[in-house]
Amino acid sequence: MLRYLLRRLGLIILTVLAASLIIFAITQFLPGDVARLIVGQFATEQAVENVRVELGLDKPIHIQYLNWLGGFVTGDWGQSLTSRVPVRPLVFDRLWNSSWLAFLALLFYVPLGIFLGVLAALRRDKPSDSVITAFGMTFAGIPEFVTGLVLISVFAFGFKWLPANSSIAPGATFWEALPQLILPAITVSLVSLGYITRMTRASTVKVMDADYTRAAYLKGLPRYQVLLKHVLRNSLLPTVTVIFMGIGWLIGGLIVTEQVFGYPGLGRLIVGAVQKQDLPLIQASSMVVVTVFAISNLIADLLYVVLNPRIRLQ
Amino acid sequence: MSTRIDPEISPDAGLAAADQAVLEIEDVDIVYRTSGGPLHTVRDVSLRIARGESYGLVGESGSGKTTLARGAVRFLPSNGSVTKGRVRLSGTDLLGASQNEMRKLWGARIGMVHQDPSAAVNPAMRVGNQLDEMGRTHLGMSKAQARVKSLEMLNRVGMPDPEAVVERYAHQLSGGMLQRVLIASALTTDPELLIMDEPTTALDVTTEAVILDLVQELLGSVRHAVLFITHNLGVVARVCDTVGVMYAGEVVEEGPVKTVFKQPLHPYTVGLLGAVPRLTAGKADLELVAIPGFIPRPDALPPGCIFAPRCPMVIDECRAARPQLVDVGPGQRSSCIRWVDVPEEAERPRPVRDTSGESFSGYGRELLEVRDLKKYFKGRGAGKGRSAAVKAVDGISARVTEGFTLGIVGESGCGKTTFIRCVSGLEEPTAGEVLLQGNKLAPSVTDRPYDALKKIQMVFQNPDVSLNPQRTVGDIIARPVQQLGAVPKAEVPQRVAELLQAVHLPQAYAARLPQELSGGEKQRVAIARAFAAEPALVICDEPISSLDVSVQASLLNLLAELQRSAGTSYVFVSHDLAAVRHISDWIAVVYLGRLWEVGPTARIFEPPLHPYTEALLSAIPIADPEIERERVRLTGSVPSAVNIPSGCRFHTRCPRKIGDICEREEPPWRDGKKDHSICCHIPLAELAASQRHALDGMYGSADAVGSAAPAPADTGVGDAEGSSTGSDTGAEVGPDTGAEAGSGRGGS
Repeated sequence: MLRYLLRRLGLIILTVLAASLIIFAITQFLPGDVARLIVGQFATEQAVENVRVELGLDKPIHIQYLNWLGGFVTGDWGQSLTSRVPVRPLVFDRLWNSSWLAFLALLFYVPLGIFLGVLAALRRDKPSDSVITAFGMTFAGIPEFVTGLVLISVFAFGFKWLPANSSIAPGATFWEALPQLILPAITVSLVSLGYITRMTRASTVKVMDADYTRAAYLKGLPRYQVLLKHVLRNSLLPTVTVIFMGIGWLIGGLIVTEQVFGYPGLGRLIVGAVQKQDLPLIQASSMVVVTVFAISNLIADLLYVVLNPRIRLQ
Repeated sequence: MSTRIDPEISPDAGLAAADQAVLEIEDVDIVYRTSGGPLHTVRDVSLRIARGESYGLVGESGSGKTTLARGAVRFLPSNGSVTKGRVRLSGTDLLGASQNEMRKLWGARIGMVHQDPSAAVNPAMRVGNQLDEMGRTHLGMSKAQARVKSLEMLNRVGMPDPEAVVERYAHQLSGGMLQRVLIASALTTDPELLIMDEPTTALDVTTEAVILDLVQELLGSVRHAVLFITHNLGVVARVCDTVGVMYAGEVVEEGPVKTVFKQPLHPYTVGLLGAVPRLTAGKADLELVAIPGFIPRPDALPPGCIFAPRCPMVIDECRAARPQLVDVGPGQRSSCIRWVDVPEEAERPRPVRDTSGESFSGYGRELLEVRDLKKYFKGRGAGKGRSAAVKAVDGISARVTEGFTLGIVGESGCGKTTFIRCVSGLEEPTAGEVLLQGNKLAPSVTDRPYDALKKIQMVFQNPDVSLNPQRTVGDIIARPVQQLGAVPKAEVPQRVAELLQAVHLPQAYAARLPQELSGGEKQRVAIARAFAAEPALVICDEPISSLDVSVQASLLNLLAELQRSAGTSYVFVSHDLAAVRHISDWIAVVYLGRLWEVGPTARIFEPPLHPYTEALLSAIPIADPEIERERVRLTGSVPSAVNIPSGCRFHTRCPRKIGDICEREEPPWRDGKKDHSICCHIPLAELAASQRHALDGMYGSADAVGSAAPAPADTGVGDAEGSSTGSDTGAEVGPDTGAEAGSGRGGS
């Protein structure tokens, strides 16, 4: 078990390193000269050169990479080129915001998706199953900017229950920000809900047909007991994995939703940074997203092992 | 080690209970609603099982056995229902009961044991917790009380170390142990009715024997009514009092086991009994009687008698009206209108080929030679992080000549499949050589020339996965004809047609997809594909194990026939000793990657036997309830090929272990009569003497083994010779001239 854990950890580190190489390479190919960007169009060649030396841009490319990577690992993420503030607090601030949104979304769609999936499996091939499946598919198919805008027009402009703009103030607590989080969280949830529902339904149907489930029924166990003890324990395994693998996307991939609601998350930060060619910001925030992806995948793998005695006890 | 159970334990109890029907099924019809319309899967079935009675329901797959049992206890899939009739459990009407009422009966008054124990135990829950559920749900016990009860039940089914077992998960227990767990679970509530649905089908033959012993013992002590579903007539003969033969959804014959097996009065029962290969006869002496044709689908039943299309004694009246079950003897009922004539028909001499004496007519030219083959797999051992080799095959040599069959037997996990995969090049051996007609073959199949590929072909166990589902039968057979057969393109269809004919399939099948064929037909296609390249050697890996008895018989006949006409050699691997006996000229017994006994087929089945062979033979349930045998049982399962026991590898399970020497030293090869060799510390004469009595019972009196057992004097010579050498290099199996065999092993 420990061996397995260490091996997975090693793989994760390799993954992040490989990603760092790619991120660094891509930022090298972005058009424009960083030093020129910093000092401005009308600065002298000498001034540009000075900045290049200062930033280490005159050194060979692999040294530049190692310097950058070393800086990232030790916490020196550099300065944003556009806003001239340290990158690290900026990225962490946004990461924090994104986590709130992700957390709330998970809170919405995971229990609901599992519930609907199990319900559909229990009512297999009956009307309620078809309805659940059809709705899941529909919402998964509608783009977030459509559901987002519909939700805004109904709940913000129509009923005026919730704010339309989700640009939460810096320093706001989770509870203060909650009203602004609800609509974007629902928007994100609707996309993932169908997916989780289908996953849960499929694996539950499979487990319901397994010999051991039949055996449990024929032992005369009450239905709820068969379901809780025998079915769900096995059928939720794949769902758990999928949930954790979705966290990376929730943290770094909500570009459209954040844009629609003006939510200050990590996704929007990256988009803004790319638009302004803010290289240190692009690099740092991309690395954070990659790391989150890697860690949530690791957790998904480990959970699968912990929940599955067949692997755990080998 | 040998548990002997008197089959007639207190007959008075049986008589007194006879009136007390526990399960009564009357005129039951079961229908499945399908998109193609309703399927009447079970029709007009009646049966009753009394207290203390064990009722065996037999029939080919698709005959409706399981559907009947599930329907009777109201556990059908949602599209199935009992549309007619009555089912009562000790007077309680089951068909009228609500789902809730049924749930209270399941487990409490109706116990179930399922087919595949490794699938019927929840993989994510500790075994103990699953057992405790019975006590907690039905006996109102607390958690602690239920655990005590579970441990008691595990003890009762002879589970070694129950305290440890309850903490384990399904994947940590062997199939035999899991089946014990399920039997313990079912018996916790002491149910009136116990339904066992093919409880030993998924198990190895040695494990099956142990579980059947257990079932027999439990049935002797507990007065349950038992419904025992199986396709194996041998199993019924061992554990049941009454037998019902089901065919295409109807019971066609019923009666006391002893009567029905002695004098079956329905041609279908006769056919089933005739299809079972005997331990006493091989392909040269006897052709198995296969039942032609297939079970009709419930929506395409023939008018009149449903068995008429496959019946050898059919007359016009059979097709006129559906016959009823009628009383034909004490307790025996048959639905054949010609039941009076059945015994006479059954007595008709079976097609015996006249080969008097020359059962094995000498050896042809050498075809295949395998020299000291080893295959180690890298594996992570039980030790912390150390990797240890899994010695799947650890030094096996073999020879096969032209037109000859080498049978390889052993339990699952003994290395027999790995061995033939190495021979065919699907696995690369770790050491050793494979020679075809004297030429060394490349270890991997991808490096072998077309000519070598053409000469060695394979038939796999499961035709469902060995035939490409996307290609028609014609394409499947045509491909090797083109690729390996060097047949001009224009003649390929002609050749495919010949092959289809050779395996007795209609020409129209060339256009069909595998999914449109039955299991037996698919395996025929696989055989046709193997023969397409006109191979010199066909390797058969358990080719009949996944098929019904009657189909098995027809495939064994087919293989024998093709061998006669094409002169092909076989390496035939199976755990089924009777099938191996039927088809093989030589037999090699494999255990933990090594050979333990080799010799011409007849020699393998008479003393002296290697103790392992003896146990394998003793484990086979024989379809004759009259036969009482001394039982030799193996404990536990095959040890892991990572930690191979010291000395004789079999000593951990050997019922004839003689002492320390078995643990310390590798046993010598001892040569018996006529190329027969055994690797054991016990001298052959001693083995023979102790086994002769046991084997008298094994084959029954009617089919006594033709030749006499070898005289001790013969084996004595072999002892002296054989004992002088160790067996580090592994034994060799195959037809040698006597002199070579002697020098190969016995010489210095």
